[in-house]
Amino acid sequence: MKEKEILDSLKKIVTPYVQRKEGLENFNEETDFIKDLEVNSANLVDVILDVEDEFDIEIDNDSMSGMLTVGDAKNIIERKLASA
Amino acid sequence: MKKRVVVTGMGVVAPNAVGLANFEDAIRKGESGIRFEEELERLKFSCQIAGKPQISEEKIAKYFTPLQLRGLNSSGIVYGVIAGTDAWNDAGLKIEENEQPDWDSGVIFGTGILGVDKFREAIHLIDAGKTRRLGSTSVMQTMASGISAYLGGILGCGNQVTTNSSACTTGTEALLMGFERIVSGKAKRMLVGSCSDHGPYVWGGFDAMRILPSKYNKNPSEASRPMSASAAGFVPGSGAGALVLEDYESAKARGAKIYCEVLGGATNSGGQRGGGSMTAANSEAVIRCIKDAIQFSGISAEEIDLINGHLTATTRDALEIENWKKALKNDDFPYINSLKGMTGHCLAASGSIECVASVLQIDKNFIFGNTNCEDLNPEISALISEEKVPRKTLEKPINILAKASFGFGDVNAVAIFKKIQD
Repeated sequence: MKEKEILDSLKKIVTPYVQRKEGLENFNEETDFIKDLEVNSANLVDVILDVEDEFDIEIDNDSMSGMLTVGDAKNIIERKLASA
Repeated sequence: MKKRVVVTGMGVVAPNAVGLANFEDAIRKGESGIRFEEELERLKFSCQIAGKPQISEEKIAKYFTPLQLRGLNSSGIVYGVIAGTDAWNDAGLKIEENEQPDWDSGVIFGTGILGVDKFREAIHLIDAGKTRRLGSTSVMQTMASGISAYLGGILGCGNQVTTNSSACTTGTEALLMGFERIVSGKAKRMLVGSCSDHGPYVWGGFDAMRILPSKYNKNPSEASRPMSASAAGFVPGSGAGALVLEDYESAKARGAKIYCEVLGGATNSGGQRGGGSMTAANSEAVIRCIKDAIQFSGISAEEIDLINGHLTATTRDALEIENWKKALKNDDFPYINSLKGMTGHCLAASGSIECVASVLQIDKNFIFGNTNCEDLNPEISALISEEKVPRKTLEKPINILAKASFGFGDVNAVAIFKKIQD
C-alpha cells in the first residue's frame, strides 16, 4: 500500500474524532493527534479500532503508546502490514 | 441550630481485608489485595489482575436467609449487604422484626452497575426464549437500587431508602447526601456507602480503554502505584464500604461509640468544559470543590492534617496534587495518602471504602503508608515535600482529614472529617 493511500485513510478515519478542524487542513506526518487535532485522549482507542478494521491488523498496547502523530501511526500500519 | 453529624458505625469489604479490625490491620501493614485472575487471562484481557474481596460461602450465609441465597448472583449486593449490616451492628443498632419500620433511619447506598453476573444469566435465558425461567429475583438483583432495597429491608429502615450513582465519586457522594439529610433534620440516622460488582463484564470496558496496567500480570501486588513515577494505570477492584451517620444528640443519648464528626463537604462538576471531559477532570472544578468543602465545614485550609486523595495510579496523580496545592494555598502541605496502592481502584465502591479508611485513621491515630511509591513521581516531589507522602505507616493523631473522590462525567466530591470534641 502506498504511503499516500495510508495517509488518506488515516485522515478519513480520524476526522469524526477531531475537535480542531483547522488541524485537518494541513494533515501530514507531523500532525499530532492530541495537540494539533485535539482528539480526546480517551477516543484514541476508537481511532485504533477503526484503523484495525480498515487495514485488517492488530495494534497492541505498546505500539499504541508510541502513536502520537500521524507519522507514527503510518509507520505502525506499514510495519504491521509487512509482517502480516 | 444546625445538627452535628457523627459516624457511629462502619463496615468494609475490601480486596485486602473483610471486616473493620482486619482492614485496620491490613492498611497499617500495607497489605495488597491485588491478585492474578485466571478468568481474565482466559478472556485475553491485557490486565489480568484485580482486587476482589475474599469471602467464604459460610460467611455469606450469615448475612442472607436461605431463601435470599437461592439464585443470588450479584457480587455488589453480597459486598454491600455484608458491609452495611456490619456497620449497623458496629453502631450498636439492633435489627428488629417489628411491625413498624424505624422511621428515623434511612439508607443511601450507591453503585455504578449492579448484578452484572445476574444480568448476564438473564440475557442468556431470554435469548434462548426461556424468559419464564428467570425466576423472581432477576429484577431486584439487577436494578441499581437493589442494594439499598436489600439493606433497607434487612434493617427495617423507614426513612429515605435510595441509591445514588456518580461513577467513582459515588461513595463519597452518598456520605454527603446522608449528611445533608441529617443536618436538615429529615432523618436521625443514615446508613451510607457504596458497592461495586467484580468481574470481567465490569472491568472489560476499562481494559478496552487501555487505561489498566498490563505489565504486572506476574507480580500483581506491585501493580497499583499511586503517586509513583512508574504508575501505569489503575488496577480494577470491587467491594463495599458502609458508615452509619447519626445526629450527634441521638448518638449521645443512646451512648453510642463515636468515631468522628463529619463537618460537611462539597460536590460539583466541571461540566466537561475547560479541560474537563467525560474522562478527565476540569481542574478549576476540582479546586473549587476542595475550597467549597473547606468553607462549608467552617475550617481553614491550614487545619487539614491529612488528605486521603483520589489518586488512582495514572499519570494524572501529579495534577491532582497540583490542584490540592492550588486550593489549599498554604506553605505547609498536609500529609497525603492513597488507599488504591493496596486495594486497586474499587470504582463505585472506592469512595466509601476510602471513607472508612479515613475515619479509622482519625479514630486510631495513624496515617497508613503509601505502598508501591518508593519511586515518587518527580512531578510530585517538585510540588510538595517528600515526607508528606509517607511510605511507612506513621503513628500520629489526625484532627482533620479531607477525603476526595473524582469520577467519569467530570464529577467531584470532597468530605471533611474531624476528631470528635464534646
